[in-house]
Amino acid sequence: MNNNACLLKCTDIYVRFGGVMALSGVNFQAAKGSISALIGPNGAGKTTLLNVITGMIPHSDGSIEFNSRDLSKVATHIRSQEGMVRTFQNLEVFSHMSVLENVMTGAHNRYKYSVLDSIFKTPRYFARERECRQAALEKLKFVGLENEWNLPALDLPYGKQRLLELARAICGQPELILLDEPAAGLNPRETRTLGEVISAVRQDLGITVVLVEHDMELVMSISDEITVLNFGQVIATGTPGDIQNNPEVIKAYLGSED
Amino acid sequence: MEGRKSIISLAVFIVAAAGFPWILTNEYYISILILAGITAIGVVGLNLLLGFAGQISLGHAAFFGISAYTSAILTTNYGFPVLAGIIAGIILSAVVAFLIGMPALKLRALSLAMATLGFGLIVYIFLNETITLTGGPSGFVGIPRFNALGYEFYSDLAYYYLVAGVLTVVIVISLNLINSRAGRALKAIHSSENAARVMGINVFRFKLFVFVLSAVFAAIAGGLYAHYLSFVAPSSFGFHASLQLIVMAILGGMSSVWGGVIGALFLTAMPEFLRMYEELETILYGLILILCMMFMPQGLVGGLAKLSVYISDRLFRRRLK
Repeated sequence: MNNNACLLKCTDIYVRFGGVMALSGVNFQAAKGSISALIGPNGAGKTTLLNVITGMIPHSDGSIEFNSRDLSKVATHIRSQEGMVRTFQNLEVFSHMSVLENVMTGAHNRYKYSVLDSIFKTPRYFARERECRQAALEKLKFVGLENEWNLPALDLPYGKQRLLELARAICGQPELILLDEPAAGLNPRETRTLGEVISAVRQDLGITVVLVEHDMELVMSISDEITVLNFGQVIATGTPGDIQNNPEVIKAYLGSED
Repeated sequence: MEGRKSIISLAVFIVAAAGFPWILTNEYYISILILAGITAIGVVGLNLLLGFAGQISLGHAAFFGISAYTSAILTTNYGFPVLAGIIAGIILSAVVAFLIGMPALKLRALSLAMATLGFGLIVYIFLNETITLTGGPSGFVGIPRFNALGYEFYSDLAYYYLVAGVLTVVIVISLNLINSRAGRALKAIHSSENAARVMGINVFRFKLFVFVLSAVFAAIAGGLYAHYLSFVAPSSFGFHASLQLIVMAILGGMSSVWGGVIGALFLTAMPEFLRMYEELETILYGLILILCMMFMPQGLVGGLAKLSVYISDRLFRRRLK
């Protein structure tokens, strides 16, 4: 992979939880405009890697470069402002808000105005709010939730809450979006819709996608590159075709014969 | 849409607030309304912190106290103009809130609750023990009545309109804040701090901001309180008072700015009306609280909203037939 096209580059990441090495020397890259998947058995360290990339847990060694900038020691909200957003395996929809407000919150730093603007309701407040609302409605339409915009977020069924998280994540127009098991708990039909939306996120919005997922059909159908983690280490990297036939990977998933 | 709903409720509130003295002509009722209004200013602020941002302060009455005593001492002992005294009290409360919030809000979960609990106790003990400065447990007397720009608010009616005006401003600020990007950030922090961070929200800064703002509102109330009663005592600002502010916010309804207003009005007025039952007063007070929370878990505002939907539904249906 040539270095210019590399948007996210994690080098030699180490994370230790007490006596357990959750990640030991993980290298992971995502090329600009690609869909990169991160797979591996349960407990392999996929979510831990996502947490490290977004700065939600500290890593003891290694570096995270985003857009050729070292973000290893930067707080989560700054990484988000730099253009890196994620969704959560266990849904973290904002429960005290409507569907629309959830998505508008995703554009927190895209349509900025000060607290004084909001207290005195200046023209700037109205202009930015209108733009923000418009953008949020567009994103809701993008994921197919345009008819539910006015509902309380928790009134949505599970599958639609997943789409809502996705809409919220893309509303700030990030460069990179990290999806943590977006298909968990979805039925096959919902998973297919999700796959189409994720492809469209990359295709139409130009957002690079990192996907942690167990649903192999989804992973194999939309990913450009797949990285396989096992026991905190990368055991394989390659195209879907390579990975499917890699003996190491098959062993990690199914166990070896002896 | 949210905005339109706010404007309608605001108009109803202003009409009601302006009209109250015409209906309740009795001096005694007016004085209850004044105290309710002053308390409401503090509870609306607490509600921004508790109901919207989901942060618990167990020492909010201490901010009332700091401001009330600061203004009382400066105006009575040092001859400050009342307005200057109140402003000094507000600034001091804001600075103290900032200093407490800085370390406490960096930590997770209940650290603010513990810090404010300790802080409330410290302020209470301080007010009780520094007798030469504060008068100790027997209180501080002879505080001048509120005056500003050459006008003395001697009559209770004038004071009532002053308090109603300040409360209206506090409500407008709160409503505008909630219907904005900052309000969404606060609500996001309430549901999930992690998700809020991922959306690029500086969680610590917003928490500190709303904590200081709620302390400022409490301090405004404290100043108005001292210069209305002309007497303050530490017992009004202890743990029990802090707890009562929280009960008002919860009972009124935490998910609405109006919850604070209605909670404060209800819980300030109710004991006065229960007084005629003498021994039963405390029992009835508790019973009413329990019944309210059982049948209106969203608070009085939630209950009223449900009722109005029910009524408009029935009216509307009848018209269709």
